[in-house]
Amino acid sequence: MSQNAVAPRPTLAVAGLSKSYDKRRVVGPLDFSLEAGSVTGLLGGNGAGKTTTIGMVMGLIEPTQGSVHAFGCDMSRERYGALGRMNFESPYVDMPHRLTVRQNLRVFGMLYDVEDLDAKIEQLAKDLALGDFLDRQTGRLSAGQKTRVAIAKSLINDPQLLLLDEPTASLDPDTADWVRARLEAHRRTHNCAILLASHNMSEVERLCDRVLMLKDGTLVDDDSPASLLARYGRDTLEEVFLDVARGRVDGAPA
Amino acid sequence: MNVSFKRIGAMVLRYAYLLRASYTRVLDIIYWPTVQLLTWGFLQTYLVRAGALAAPGGAAQAAGTLIGAILLWDILLRGQQGFCFSFIEELWSRNLPNILMSPLRPTEFVGALVAMSLIRLAVGVLPVTIFAILFFGFNLWSLGIAFAAFFVVLMLFAWSIGLFVSGILLRYGLGAENLVWSLMFFVQPLGAVYYPVTTLPNWLQPISWMLPPTYVFEGLRGVLIDHVIRWDLLAQGFVIDVVLFAAASAAFGLLLKSARRAGTLLQTGE
Repeated sequence: MSQNAVAPRPTLAVAGLSKSYDKRRVVGPLDFSLEAGSVTGLLGGNGAGKTTTIGMVMGLIEPTQGSVHAFGCDMSRERYGALGRMNFESPYVDMPHRLTVRQNLRVFGMLYDVEDLDAKIEQLAKDLALGDFLDRQTGRLSAGQKTRVAIAKSLINDPQLLLLDEPTASLDPDTADWVRARLEAHRRTHNCAILLASHNMSEVERLCDRVLMLKDGTLVDDDSPASLLARYGRDTLEEVFLDVARGRVDGAPA
Repeated sequence: MNVSFKRIGAMVLRYAYLLRASYTRVLDIIYWPTVQLLTWGFLQTYLVRAGALAAPGGAAQAAGTLIGAILLWDILLRGQQGFCFSFIEELWSRNLPNILMSPLRPTEFVGALVAMSLIRLAVGVLPVTIFAILFFGFNLWSLGIAFAAFFVVLMLFAWSIGLFVSGILLRYGLGAENLVWSLMFFVQPLGAVYYPVTTLPNWLQPISWMLPPTYVFEGLRGVLIDHVIRWDLLAQGFVIDVVLFAAASAAFGLLLKSARRAGTLLQTGE
């Protein structure tokens, strides 16, 4: 490749990102970027800073320092240039309970200016098996059904950047596996970059081609699952996670 | 039956902790008795001082102004609550991050809340104006263009308060939800709703004239008692409205920014 060749612009670029509350730093500084079509896992124990990081990427939490650029737009000043091309799902967020699933999807489809919305809702209902409860109030659904509806909402605008905060936390193994397959399909068909915060190590191993490991808000490792396993001399990411969480970091980069 | 004072104490402690952690709840306890005392105390002062009920035809005139004031007050209150209730629905359903993460801009969000305020008002207050005709022979609609002007001044103020309260809710979450129901009531004693501004103590009157509803309720009495439309008053009320709406918009923006800085938009509970 020529030295003058211009590298493709990453879908998401995070530079020097940090967050402090009352002068106590809880996250950062973080530097990473997501390429189109990649799936990056954000791993860390409770309180490691995963949700705060995702909140800053979404623009819902103002960073103390650093920047987030999505599709080249600075999320602190030009977020409306990027929001239509991204979406998210989080267990901390719900959807109006008294609206039916179809009504909720219609509202969000209109907010994202989705064309041919009825067809899009039918397609999502088919892809995510929402048909049986599409006209039921969202508040009357089981936890697993609600998660599928939330994922449908997160895919309503065919996002090219998807932020997922523990997307399969409340699902049984069969449904969780099935949801992962849908997310993989979306990544393939839309060349979508996915940032996935999860506690589920098998999920991360299966979906992610890169893992960011957070501990006490700082990035302690950044590599592919296979390289992490090799470097820590472990058989599973769960063992690597425990090594990092408990400070047994022999495999960590120097 | 075994009654445990310890368990009762545990529950009292639970609510006491909540009060201690939420100054808006404590303020609410003090706020209502104060508002009630001032409103009805000043009304009594007005009626006694003016001798309104003893004068020939005075009782009918007092009743007319009272019903008119009640209807306009309800328009003001429901206008603000209609705005805020739509907003607080997003907090109750934990849906706000979905909204804020969508391409919906704050101005569009406010536009939707204004529209919902008008829709709720149409559903809630229109029938009441008809009941006022049927039961009391008071026709608010007969005020014509004056009513339209009153409506505009009241609504702009209602939306300003609604916008400010929504900003507080964004920043402080559902712990501040009592403001949705209560904040507008400070206008009742100070805004000369049921009695003229001159009923208030001299030192309170300048404060009263800083509130746009004061100009509306004085204007209402002008129409009903003196049969003149006080355009001068309504124009002043409108100008103050514009200033207050701009201030409320700025406050909303600052509170949203503050909520982003404090990281409270993902945690909008009590």
